[in-house]
Amino acid sequence: MKFPIFLDNHSTTPMDPRVLEAMLPYFVEKFGNAASRNHAFGWEAEEAVEKARKQIARLIKADSKEIVFTSGATEADNLALKGVLEMYKEKGNHIITSATEHRAVLDTAKSLEAKGMATVTYLPVDKQGMVNPEDVRNAITDKTILISVMLANNEIGTINPVQEIGKIAKEKGVLFHCDATQGVGKIPVDVQAMNIDLMSFSAHKIYGPKGVGALYVRKKNPRVRIAAQMDGGGHERGMRSGTLPVPLIVGFGKACELCEQEMPVESARLAKMRDHLQTGIMAALEESYLNGHPTNRLPGNLNISFAYVEGESLLMGMKEIALSSGSACTSATLEPSYVLRALGVGTELAHSSIRFGLGRFNTDEEIDYTIKKVIEIVTKLREMSPLYEMAKEGVDLKSVQWAAH
Amino acid sequence: MAYSDKVVDHFNNPRNMGSFKKEEEGVGTGMVGAPECGDVMKLQIKVQNDTIVDAKFKTFGCGSAIASSSLATEWLKGKTLEEAQKIKNTDIVQELNLPPVKIHCSVLAEDAIKAALADYQKKAENK
Repeated sequence: MKFPIFLDNHSTTPMDPRVLEAMLPYFVEKFGNAASRNHAFGWEAEEAVEKARKQIARLIKADSKEIVFTSGATEADNLALKGVLEMYKEKGNHIITSATEHRAVLDTAKSLEAKGMATVTYLPVDKQGMVNPEDVRNAITDKTILISVMLANNEIGTINPVQEIGKIAKEKGVLFHCDATQGVGKIPVDVQAMNIDLMSFSAHKIYGPKGVGALYVRKKNPRVRIAAQMDGGGHERGMRSGTLPVPLIVGFGKACELCEQEMPVESARLAKMRDHLQTGIMAALEESYLNGHPTNRLPGNLNISFAYVEGESLLMGMKEIALSSGSACTSATLEPSYVLRALGVGTELAHSSIRFGLGRFNTDEEIDYTIKKVIEIVTKLREMSPLYEMAKEGVDLKSVQWAAH
Repeated sequence: MAYSDKVVDHFNNPRNMGSFKKEEEGVGTGMVGAPECGDVMKLQIKVQNDTIVDAKFKTFGCGSAIASSSLATEWLKGKTLEEAQKIKNTDIVQELNLPPVKIHCSVLAEDAIKAALADYQKKAENK
């Protein structure tokens, strides 16, 4: 077994060596600019880009002309929200989104709100992190121009009823943007069946390179238009200027192709490993709580709160395993996970959460090691925890007058 | 964020981790912080003839909070009550090389020391 073990595959993924292999010729040998129309270097690059566009489109059941390359999902989210708002400002300025979206959507919405350019409704989610499609329906007004709801959550892995939300959006004639960064390549995505009009995703979450992503922009029924947020040479049908990063795009395409081929086997394997991890930990440790949806979630996701121990100290005790926590101590804001808070998870349990993200290259051996290590460190830190001691003595922690600081 | 070697050492080998019985003669208990804030420290001292002869802690919190309270118990042992009052959070920051975002851990440790001393004094007066 090689250390450290990488169990943070929601943050990024290691690149698949097959992806790297596909990319290599496009750095030195085939270096052309895909926009060069009058020589062989350009044609070669353009051909590679168009092939990748097809591979990417195939994975999400789109047409290759509907793929707009960006620097990543954050840019795609920005482009979707800002681009739609600017293009359809005559129609209205109301956006509906949800409380557990990624910051790339939430902060974009908040910034548009702060500038007085939009009014935004942030829908709540249920205890398992799901948006209720009926809430979406009820939030729509005659000023609503965009619904933006994520496919799968990056912390808890919960998968939203995107198909139903898409149906409502279509019925009401409102555009539907979906941040599918965590879902694409992991679970089947079909922009037709799901009635998605715009969709953000990126390569580095699916064993591709960092620095490239895409915005799917529907071409017909309806034809979606967005105002470019970057001025320049008019690349990507005028929606996103900037020379295309050909090697990255080639890698993105290859990564999508591999996901399409391997998804059924891979997702089953990951779900099995994840379930083993979950049972192994939760059966051994009392008062460990699963965050998110028990079944309707990403195959590689597991998010657990361990009562009476703080998340950052858990991570510190497992330095040889790369993990993530919803604890405030691990975030820049010093607030515990807003996603867990939106689910109604108490602040103290939000501080105690650990996110496990399993991926293509994890092994059974690594999972067994992790189970052992988690049990060991949680037990050790509970021995050290005054809260655990009080709970064992029968003190109701909620009845204690704490001096908040 | 990288932890200083001293924080890692206290975290891996906490000094004086445990509890005294609160009602025990000469024991002062300080409990500070709140679970919602992500850190709670319990610090206890055992006093004989105005001198702290033993100290113990239990902490719910990040590595720096655990290290701060572990260090505090180490420093408290052998000090008179008067000397113990003089321990400052900045001393802890310096000793553990705490970064700015972790200064609150040292503040909490100082508060815990003060609370334990006050508890001991209150118990002594009520006797």
